[in-house]
Formats: sequence, structure tokens, C-alpha cells
Amino acid sequence: MSPARRIWAGYGVYALGFASLFAFWELASLYLVSSVLFPPPTVVFRKAVVLARSGVLFEHLAASLQRILIGFVAGSLLGIPIGLAMGSFVPVRKLLEPYTEFLRFIPSVAMITVAVIWFGIGEASKIFLIVYTTIFIVILNTAAGVSAIAPNKIRAAESLGATRSQIFLHVALPATVPYILTGMRLAMANSFTTIVAAELIAANEGLGKMLWDGRLFMLVDDIFVSLVTLGLLGFVTDRAFRWTIYTFAGKYSPAGG
Amino acid sequence: MPLVSFHDVQKTYRSLQGDDYPAVERFSVDIEVGEFFCLLGPSGCGKTTVLKLLAGFEPPTAGRILMDGREITGASRDRGVVFQGDDSLYGWLTAVENVEFGLRMRRVGKSERRERAMRYLELVGLRGQEQKYPAELSGGMKQRIQIARVLANEPKMLLMDEPFAALDAQTRSLMQGELATIWRAARTTVLFITHDIDEAVTLGTRIGVMRAGPRSRVKGVIEVALAGARSRTDDAFLRYYRAVHEMIRDEVAASLAQARA
Repeated sequence: MSPARRIWAGYGVYALGFASLFAFWELASLYLVSSVLFPPPTVVFRKAVVLARSGVLFEHLAASLQRILIGFVAGSLLGIPIGLAMGSFVPVRKLLEPYTEFLRFIPSVAMITVAVIWFGIGEASKIFLIVYTTIFIVILNTAAGVSAIAPNKIRAAESLGATRSQIFLHVALPATVPYILTGMRLAMANSFTTIVAAELIAANEGLGKMLWDGRLFMLVDDIFVSLVTLGLLGFVTDRAFRWTIYTFAGKYSPAGG
Repeated sequence: MPLVSFHDVQKTYRSLQGDDYPAVERFSVDIEVGEFFCLLGPSGCGKTTVLKLLAGFEPPTAGRILMDGREITGASRDRGVVFQGDDSLYGWLTAVENVEFGLRMRRVGKSERRERAMRYLELVGLRGQEQKYPAELSGGMKQRIQIARVLANEPKMLLMDEPFAALDAQTRSLMQGELATIWRAARTTVLFITHDIDEAVTLGTRIGVMRAGPRSRVKGVIEVALAGARSRTDDAFLRYYRAVHEMIRDEVAASLAQARA
């Protein structure tokens, strides 16, 4: 079976898993807890339909997704060349490691305050935070990928007559791609955490804002709609990312060596 | 003039504790054009060090290594290397793309390099596997890709670092036979590193036996005057086997004693 088809076959089992998740939730909500504070999925789904029809749900969803995508792409585009340079040249690594090793321990959630002070509560602060979330993970994974290249791959290229720039382009870069993709995937997952936190604190729309309003006005169903949307959005984005890798760059997948 | 000559070559490594380890010292040998030179020695005697120096991956600490009378200053496509493991193959390239790598780097046209790569894939018995990725191939097949990749690049010399050591006995024996056939047709000069006497007598036109390390050097060279395909059960083969065994026996014992100490 081709990797892409294997993923499709896996979807059947995933559907079953999801069905059981919602079934347990329904039972727990109806018989174990039976409280308005823990609505069953059927109620949440009905509320989701209402919010979707009115367009409110999509407004919030689109706002969050757009912020994540812009920040994620920008962070990756910045992080990959920096990571490649740090992995390839020791002086560059020594120069930039203080930045990466210092900043990566300051969680992006902690940066929300300064982001809002610097960029206001509009789009700029959110995108800054997602770039901040993405860039260090991508840099670290890319640099690690470069240093994990088997020395014999480089040596073989040298004795086959490749120049230094050819070795970078035709050996070091493709050998690092699986690490870059892994870094991007981790960054994508972390971006969801960051965006919700940022929208909880300061935003006019977004799934985080929806959560905050739900708490403010005691709209428990709305809170759960937002939570389920976040879960599904993260799941679908991650699957799409993996599917793209397998379909268009299967030979770069970590399993392919 | 020999194709390659080592003049009193020394290579000293420094450990993390700062101790010097002289892997080879006063290592001298000449390799003539067209010969299949086997460098045989107990494990840890510095055979691979010699290969790395000749390949140009590492500079010698002292002494000179000449090829065609010129000192070796770094890796070059004159000396193609077949590595022991499969980590030198490019996992994102198919078998045929791996084989044409050197030609692609030299900007040989697409159709010409594909045609040449296919010819060498056929020579090593990989016809029909050309579109597979290394991860889809067995250990023996991966070594065949390495050999084809080096041959397609048409180097002056082949350096082989125990290329069959990681293979099972059947595949190894098969690959030795095929390599011998390929070599008899191509007559490219080969430096072949091995710790296996049987392999050295099967393949080599000359066998250089190394002393146990540290400070290893060539203890003696045995010329193998066996023409054509060799059989392990021939009297002549066994005579050479015994002669090499005699020479290496003490070195293996010394290397074992050192490992225990």
C-alpha cells in the first residue's frame, strides 16, 4: 500500500475512535454528571449548528486560523535558514545560540503582555506571538537535523566530486528536510496553545475570545463549541500537514531514511 | 611509478582526555596501477585510518601520500569510496539517482548520465530495482548501489572499506565473486580493506598484512599469483591462506591481548 492510501485506510479506525469518544462523553454527561455545566455532545452540536448558521462560529474560527497560518508560515520561513546556518557554521551557532537558548525558555504565553503593549490588541500582536512560538522550534529542529547528517554522506559526495555548495544543496538540505518538517509540525501544535491564550487575554474575535465571552456570560454550550472546534481544527490541520508530506515529499519522511 | 605511495605516514588521534593515540606510524606501501590491493589486519589496527588518509578525508600527522606523484590534499573524484555501512547512500534519491549523483554534480546531461547509471546498475545486478529507494532494498543491494555509484563516476581508483562485512555469509560470498568478475573486466586499481583472510585471498592480487595497533604499519606483503576465478578448495588457494594466516596470527593475538588489558 502507498503511504497515502495507508493514511486513508487509517481514517476508518479514526472515525470509530471519534465515535466512541463522543459516545462516552454523551453517557458521562447524561448519567454520571447530569449538570448544565457539562453539556452532552448532542447539545453542543445543536448549539454549534446555530452558531454556524449565524456565521459567528466561522468568524471566530477564521480569525484564529488566519493568525496561526500567517505566523506559522512567517516563523518557518525565518527559522529554516537560521537553523541551517546554525547547523552548518560553528561561529554562527555560537553567535546565535545565546538568543535561541535564552528566548526559548520564555514561553510565548509569557510574552502576551509585552506583545499587547508593543503591538496593541489587533492582528500584529497575535502574529508576533505565533512567529515567536514557531521560530525557535523550527530553528532547533533544523539545526539538529544538519548536525545529525551522517558524515559518510558528506564524504561520499566529496569523493564523487561535489563542491561545497553542491554538498549543501544536494546533500545537507535534503537530509535535513525530515527534521524541518518535524519541527514545523510541533510548532503548529504549539501555535494552538498560544493563539487561544492570546485571544483569551486580548482580542475582538477568535476561538479564545469565544471561550472568554462564554465564561463572562455563562454560555456553557458556547464554551464547549469553542473547545470542540479547537480540537477538531488542530486534528484536521495536523492530518493535512502529514498528508501533504506523505503525498508530495514522502521520500523525505523520517521513515524513508 | 606506482599509482599511490605512502611514505612513512603517521596518524595520531587525540582522545577527549587529551591522550595521543598513534594509530599508524611509519606506514609505507606502494600500490601499482591495475592491482587489487587488500589491506588485511586485526580489528583496531588502523586499516580504516589508512583508507581515510588516502581518500583525503583526514590529513596525515606526518609523512606523505602521493597519487600520480602529487600529494593528496583532500577528497577527489579520482578516488571513489565504498563505505562499510549504508549511511553514505542518499535516502531521498532512488537507486538510479544515487548512482548518477557524481555525474549530476559534474553536469553531465540527463539522458547521458541516466544511460551510464543504468549500465552500471546492470553490471552490479540491480536491473529492475532502479526506481526503488535505498530503504526498500536489502543490505546486499545497497552495497551494490554504492559500488555502481562509484564505478559510474569512473575514478582512477576504488577504495573499499570492508564493504561486505555487514552482510550475511551467503550474500558476502556472492558479492565477492561478482566484485572479482567486475574487477577482471574493468581492471580499476582497488584498495580493499578487510579483516577476513579468506576474502583477501579470494580478491587480492597482493595482500598487505598490518601489525596490531597502536603504531601499526605493514608487516609484509604477499603476492597472490592466482589467475581467473578462484576456488576456496584449490591447493594453491589454501597455500596462500596458510601463508597469510601465519603472518597475521601473532598480530591477532597481540590485538586480543591489548583488548583484554
